[in-house]
Amino acid sequence: MSETLTRFALRAWVALVLLFLFIPIVVIFLYAFNSSKIEAWPIEGFSMRWINVTLSDAEVVSAIRLSVEVALVTTLLALILGSCAAFAIHRTTFFGRDAINFLLVLPLALPGIITGVALHAFFDYSGILLSVATIVVGHTTFCIVVVYNNVLARLRRTQGSLIEAAMDLGANGFQTFKDITLPLLSTAIIAGAMLAFALSFDEIIVTTFTAGAQNTLPIWIFAQIRNGQRLPEVNVVVSLVILVTIIPVLIAARLTGGGGASRVPAAK
Amino acid sequence: MIDGDPAKKAALKVLGVRKSYGPVVAVAGIDLVVDEGEFFTLLGPSGSGKTTLLRLIAGFERPDAGRIELGGRDVTSVPPYLRDTNTVFQDYALFPHMSVAENIAYGLRVKHVSRQEREKRVQRALEMVRLTNLGGRRPNQLSGGQRQRVALARAVVNEPEVLLLDEPLGALDLKLRQEMQIELKQIQKEVGITFVYVTHDQEEALTMSDRVAVMANGQIEQVGSPVEVYERPATEFVAGFIGISNVLVRDGVRFVVRPEKIRMLSEGEPAPPGMVVESGEVEEVIYVGMSTRYVVRLERGEHLVAVRQNMDALGDAERFEGRPVRLAWTADHTFVLDKRR
Ligand SMILES: Nc1ncnc2c1ncn2[C@@H]1O[C@H](COP(=O)(O)OP(=O)(O)O)[C@@H](O)[C@H]1O
Ligand SMILES: [Mg+2]
Repeated sequence: MSETLTRFALRAWVALVLLFLFIPIVVIFLYAFNSSKIEAWPIEGFSMRWINVTLSDAEVVSAIRLSVEVALVTTLLALILGSCAAFAIHRTTFFGRDAINFLLVLPLALPGIITGVALHAFFDYSGILLSVATIVVGHTTFCIVVVYNNVLARLRRTQGSLIEAAMDLGANGFQTFKDITLPLLSTAIIAGAMLAFALSFDEIIVTTFTAGAQNTLPIWIFAQIRNGQRLPEVNVVVSLVILVTIIPVLIAARLTGGGGASRVPAAK
Repeated sequence: MIDGDPAKKAALKVLGVRKSYGPVVAVAGIDLVVDEGEFFTLLGPSGSGKTTLLRLIAGFERPDAGRIELGGRDVTSVPPYLRDTNTVFQDYALFPHMSVAENIAYGLRVKHVSRQEREKRVQRALEMVRLTNLGGRRPNQLSGGQRQRVALARAVVNEPEVLLLDEPLGALDLKLRQEMQIELKQIQKEVGITFVYVTHDQEEALTMSDRVAVMANGQIEQVGSPVEVYERPATEFVAGFIGISNVLVRDGVRFVVRPEKIRMLSEGEPAPPGMVVESGEVEEVIYVGMSTRYVVRLERGEHLVAVRQNMDALGDAERFEGRPVRLAWTADHTFVLDKRR
């Protein structure tokens, strides 16, 4: 009897927590289609009014473009550096290997504000002007990790004898890489890229310290909220950010079979 | 008997090959000649260096010293992808992202064999391992036995000079393993490819091989036909590793009597002429299905194992336990161990 009661209470608790987490998101989506200027409940009516206004706002459009640009370049850099690092760590043993592994994973654990302040101080000290490039550098520091972790986890799960089997059948190093290694890693690499893109797209803390006059989407949102301006537009933009970040994460989870798409360090 | 048959061509020569991993000597100087078309088995306990020797032949490892020849060509420093060998890996190592047919075709594909020719040969290979209808499946949709066959087909289809197999049946259950032993031997006869087969299972080695090399501690103890290594073991190690061995010392001579060569005499039965007779007491009776093993303590203190087919009634066992017994064998059936070791 008391067991069923405990189970019921537990379920109710879980439901409450999930509601608490997701209701605000749902509300934002609803407000994005609100026909009124005022955020009041219940919603008066639904319309495309604010969506149209937002998409014709030059400031919003340029922020979207910048965010996409930064996320794309960051993803590309993270892909190259993250995969190379994973290969190096997996294939070879060298002095300081564990230290490098630690340094690669560190930016994830480090609070964004520390990465941000450190980068800002570094750029300032070396006389590098803050620009799109510095934002990209900032984002790349922590986006490398997601690619690195995914690729490394896949490498560790892949049978070592597959490479030998390919060579045994007559494939040279390049053919083995093209026919065996790359196809086996492809989903892990794509998943890593998706996560890196999502991570960069909604990043605000590091961006705040590494951006000059540029506004990425999250920074624009933050500024509007602080000033209490254009709040209906903010709802639309936030809905967009949620979509752009959730979809790649879902795809990544599917590609790596659920648990694999980890932001946390791969288990050794 | 290190050398193969002088009348035949050698497919593989291993000359003075050594390989160490740090302080561990995995292969401690091995000489071997394997004839063309031969089923040659490396038999030895775990850690005796079988896999290392196979990897040296395949080219995955470079020897510290010595030379390896394939079909008369020195391949010691040739990388694996340019060697005319193929391997059936213990874990099969099938490519998970390719279909069965693509797996089998891969070796031909990288060697730029035409598509037509490739399809023909893959089809033949699938027929050979009796998987004709499964070409489109992925490896993870196959049973263990089927994967094993795909691994074999993928290697055989390339018609290598030497096919290397590292405990290929190790992951299968007993029944399937025994079936595959027969099938593997048939396939080998059919295609006529030289097999170098690694196993730690003495029964497997004896049933399948033309010749067996018994390995211990990175060295070869004896090379010979299954009958030779079983009936005339060169060293105590070989005698002990293959079958149950009864080692006795009489008049300063160490020799082996195989359990099935020992006769247990009934009470009062006269000793047959020309046979050695020793008496003792049955200490233990072990029923093993087809036969029964009797552990006998001789009067001189040693233990001997005798085996009897279970033709007699089941009550047989109790009749002997704890009883005095006389054992008889002919001197012809004993084998004197090499005095070198
Ligand atoms: N890559 C390696 N690194 C270190 N030691 C190894 C390596 N491969 C094999 N050995 C050692 O060499 C010896 C022979 O191993 P192996 O050839 O695998 O034997 P087997 O196949 O007969 O079981 C063992 O002592 C093993 O621990
Ligand atoms: Mg082995």
